[in-house]
Amino acid sequence: MDLLSDQGLRLDGRRPDELRNIRCKMGVFNQADGSAYLEQGNTKVLATVYGPHQPRGQARNRAPHDEAFVNCQYSMAVFSTGERKNRPRGDRKSQEMSIHLRQALVSAIRTELYPRSQLDIFVEVLQADGGNYCACVNAATLALVDAGVGMREYAVACSASLANGEIPLVDISHLEESTGGPNLTVASLPISGQVALMEMSQRFHSDHLPKVLERALEGCKDIHRILDDTVRKHVEETGRASGWGQVDRAGIVL
Amino acid sequence: MLTTKTFLKKTKRGNILKIVREHYLRDDIWCGSVLCKTCSMKEREKTLEKDLDHSSSLFSFPHYLVLDTNIVLDQIDVLEENSFENVIILQTVLEEVKHRSSPVYRRLKDIISNPDRKFYVFVNEHHKDTYVERKAGESVNDRNDRAIRVATAWYASHLAPSQPKGKNKHVSIVLLTDDAANRQKAKDEGLISCSVHDYVSSLENAPALLDKLSKRNFVLEGNSKEPLFPLHLSPKEIQDGIKAGKLLQGTFLASRENFLEGSVNVEGYEKFILVQGHAGLNRAVDGDTVALELLPESEWVAPSDIVLEDAEEDPGDILDDEAKMEKEKQKAKKVEREPTGKVVGIIRRKWRQYCGILQPSQDKNSIRHLFMPAERKISKIRIETRQAETLKSQRIIVAIDSWPRTSRYPLGHFVRALGNIGDKNTENEVLLLEHDVPHSKFSEQVLSFLPKLPWVITDADLERRVDLRNITICSVDPPGCTDIDDALHCRELENGNYEVGVHIADVSHFIRPGNALDKEAALRATTVYLVDKRIDMVPELLSSNLCSLRGNEERFAFSCIWELTKDATIVNTKFHKSVICSKAALTYGEAQARIDDKTLNDDVVKSLRGLNSLAKILKKRRIENGALVLASPEIRFQVDSETHDPIEVVAKKMLETNSMVEEFMLLANISVAQKIVEEFPECAMLRRHPQPPPTNFEPLVKAGHLQGFEINVESGKDLAESLDKAVKSDNPYFNTMLRIMATRCMMQAVYFASGMLQKDEFFHYGLACPIYTHFTSPIRRYADIIVHRLLAACIGADSTYPELLDKRKSHSLCHNLNYRNRMAQYAGRASVNLHTHLFFRNRVQDEQGYVLYVRKNALQILIPKYGLEGTLYLAPPKGQIAKVNFTYNEEEQSQSHGSIKFRVFDPVTVQLSLDRRNVQHEKLMLLLVKPEIPEFSVPSQAGSQQVEAMDVDEVKDVAPPPKRQKKSK
Ligand SMILES: [Zn+2]
Repeated sequence: MDLLSDQGLRLDGRRPDELRNIRCKMGVFNQADGSAYLEQGNTKVLATVYGPHQPRGQARNRAPHDEAFVNCQYSMAVFSTGERKNRPRGDRKSQEMSIHLRQALVSAIRTELYPRSQLDIFVEVLQADGGNYCACVNAATLALVDAGVGMREYAVACSASLANGEIPLVDISHLEESTGGPNLTVASLPISGQVALMEMSQRFHSDHLPKVLERALEGCKDIHRILDDTVRKHVEETGRASGWGQVDRAGIVL
Repeated sequence: MLTTKTFLKKTKRGNILKIVREHYLRDDIWCGSVLCKTCSMKEREKTLEKDLDHSSSLFSFPHYLVLDTNIVLDQIDVLEENSFENVIILQTVLEEVKHRSSPVYRRLKDIISNPDRKFYVFVNEHHKDTYVERKAGESVNDRNDRAIRVATAWYASHLAPSQPKGKNKHVSIVLLTDDAANRQKAKDEGLISCSVHDYVSSLENAPALLDKLSKRNFVLEGNSKEPLFPLHLSPKEIQDGIKAGKLLQGTFLASRENFLEGSVNVEGYEKFILVQGHAGLNRAVDGDTVALELLPESEWVAPSDIVLEDAEEDPGDILDDEAKMEKEKQKAKKVEREPTGKVVGIIRRKWRQYCGILQPSQDKNSIRHLFMPAERKISKIRIETRQAETLKSQRIIVAIDSWPRTSRYPLGHFVRALGNIGDKNTENEVLLLEHDVPHSKFSEQVLSFLPKLPWVITDADLERRVDLRNITICSVDPPGCTDIDDALHCRELENGNYEVGVHIADVSHFIRPGNALDKEAALRATTVYLVDKRIDMVPELLSSNLCSLRGNEERFAFSCIWELTKDATIVNTKFHKSVICSKAALTYGEAQARIDDKTLNDDVVKSLRGLNSLAKILKKRRIENGALVLASPEIRFQVDSETHDPIEVVAKKMLETNSMVEEFMLLANISVAQKIVEEFPECAMLRRHPQPPPTNFEPLVKAGHLQGFEINVESGKDLAESLDKAVKSDNPYFNTMLRIMATRCMMQAVYFASGMLQKDEFFHYGLACPIYTHFTSPIRRYADIIVHRLLAACIGADSTYPELLDKRKSHSLCHNLNYRNRMAQYAGRASVNLHTHLFFRNRVQDEQGYVLYVRKNALQILIPKYGLEGTLYLAPPKGQIAKVNFTYNEEEQSQSHGSIKFRVFDPVTVQLSLDRRNVQHEKLMLLLVKPEIPEFSVPSQAGSQQVEAMDVDEVKDVAPPPKRQKKSK
């Protein structure tokens, strides 16, 4: 199966540089300190943030005294893939994802603001259709903003691949992932241009890596724009609802 | 805009999955017409023209054509004609075609990529106005038909505002479909639609096009006709039958001798299952996968040993009297009976295009004629043509379309004519087609992936490659070689060791994985060498120029460099990509002459001498290890420079330099094989040569035994040793013949993916080495390209891609490579045969030969001078009474008449001439000259002479008689 047709369209009808449809909503849960729901195409994830609060359990010993202890947990709902999953969490894959998720988020959170505290971030994939990790990072960022956790900037993740050995594709769907082809996932801080995490499913030739990476970083910037709009809209709405009046645009704490 | 597609899918484990996929609908997909004033497409995207010459008498207005899937699938032969231009191919159609037939898909893509043809692909499935959702209860087919109609309607309304009013100037859209229901619905919806037959008939050059129309949907005149064959079971019934064990699935193989007999190769059954008679065969064609019902044992029969040819004349749609075969059946003894079955359904047709000749109908006015395929295993085919007069003297190609129950013969259509029967170019074409050698011109799409000229080596290239331009490298090849794959160098190092380099054309640099060029090369798999022609695997720009390591030109190479001690032991091996500049492109002869010329001592010569001395050590060591030296008679034709007809046949000479190059190629291949299997244990592409089972050697052992030699076939080494010992001083050709026989006992060497076999199965029997691959000829073998890519990935010079690392994909690729290689080999042999026939067309010649095998009714004679083998029949053709009787002794492998006895290896003199009675199958005829047997042998010829009866035209092409004198006097 060709990832890109002769007419320049991908299997689902997107062009190489187009993201899937992203829909998101902040503050979907009242129990949590912050929450967000995000759909990236058919990949749907829910992120919740608890804290900062006093370290509990084992974390009490592990928590550093000068910054917050960030606890990330990635899981997949049993109904998230076509075939029912037996172990939604705690398997090797989920553990690895949790570590990677933490790596990306810690680079954005101003942990030094919360010494001797713990921050819990739970992300659950409700429906998996490729780019699960990216959707999780993006949803977690929104949930963190919703919780009012201080951040340097948004942590945004995006994937990219290569079609026909030369054309980079952004935001890879499950179908594209499984059709083969190397796959690059990048988590970045788009404003400063820092890369927080980079992972490849296979080796890329050094000729191709730069353009695939560039495509993924562009994707991050596009997603950043969408997340930012969501945050602004959300703040306007909640603000209006609680009678705060118009919020000054510049006044939003990132 | 967005919609989702939901469908159910079954997994390998049998679970049913619900799959939801996103499907984006767009507003930036353009119509591709120059006329359009609404779409904002780029100039180069405008494919469909404005001024159309409309030659159709059915539609007197300009129009674009939209094709239904059935038209593309069934009528691709017609679509390839230039009469079809300005055609809209919908994505719906493109995808269905891709799904249903990859050869047709490839051909369609070739048409689309040809800018002159004006075929535009409209991605209707992603266009917001033309996407249609499947309705509840609607079949996929119906949904696709509707999508095609919706797109057709969209085009009509989309183009309307951009066009002037008035129907004669207005470009309309015509939907071609052979589905009557779809046509009716289209008409109901106000679309213009017609069948391909009606449309083609209305075109100016209709007669020529009509011949090419497929008769797949052809309705025989008089549906009421009595069916001749039993009904085929439906796919569902077949599936259930096989599951229940009532039916068997297998490949049908037609008999060459008897058109009413065949066998089915069923997996798991030791013996082929016999099928007989019109009803038993039930319209199966050679190669088809069929469903078979095994008959009860009481109905089993023995294979008939009669030759039964289909009647000469077209008897119409009636079946033959099978009485003759019935009678045979009665006679069969119970022991000879074999499992017998009958074909009850067809699982998969393996119809292809067939070469053959027309057998014109007696009725001058009829357009229905019979076609006789060259391949005897294929039934005659009924076609319609209006050009029988011109076609009857030509070789033509025909495709089968269908085989209705009411028709005695399958129905087909004329595809194209190859040229006059007997003409060399025609016959070349025939043998390429018959051996399934892809040999059409490279398509525009394939050529688009070639590097742009002028090709220059950039600094970036040099940065990634080792610069070996100052090293004295040279190539040694046969004369006239333009695709130089390999070059060598050798120099002495300061420590007294040698540095030897094998530099192979870096083809994988130019052919990137997955593009059209790569796919085409993978399909072709190998360059095919015919006597007078080469069918390249890659376009000439690469094969003869950019990749070819020509003398004094800078080229990219993949180098394998060893440090060898003086006694040719490897100290170390390096691989890297390089830039080289060959100092000399030599022939074997030239290289040999330079080595032998004591007065020369330049760098090239020093290098050659070093290589030569090392090669000798390598060869000696290899042979000590048990590598086989096998003989197969290789011959070369000396061709007349003007007529290109062969004038003299010479046996190929082997020089020391031949084996010098060979040794280093073997060494490189082995070194590379070790390296890639170490890095990629699962997916390395290797080549193995299995040890033949002992039974294969029986004729060889027997023949040796009768001459007093014990041939030990325990191992390759034993075989090599016993062959070396088997020498007869009175018959210098004896040893060569034994080796020829040994070659025939061998298995085929094959490519395989390392992950598919156990390590001890990697063994290469002929070369006596545990692991082997092909690395040294990437210009002419696709396997080498894969090996190059693997090796490049090993050393970090290039990246891998998913297919390369997928052992199942490699496995199926190997399958194709092995098939193509076998076919290329057969085609090469057939080409030699063809030239032998051309050579003997005008002459009768006496030659010295040897008996190679003794058969029940004939002697197999080997004629060393031409390297050819022929059959000397001892029994007369059927129906004639033998004047001289021979006695066959199976134990002794001899035939005797009176005091004269023929045994294996005995010398004989035979008269060679060409039997041209069957125009499709000319064959070489051998008659005995010596020893003389009255009433059987023919008189010796005073000298080689020509046959007196010849066409006047042919006389001037006749070559002077060969200079060689006959031995027998
Ligand atoms: Zn348009």
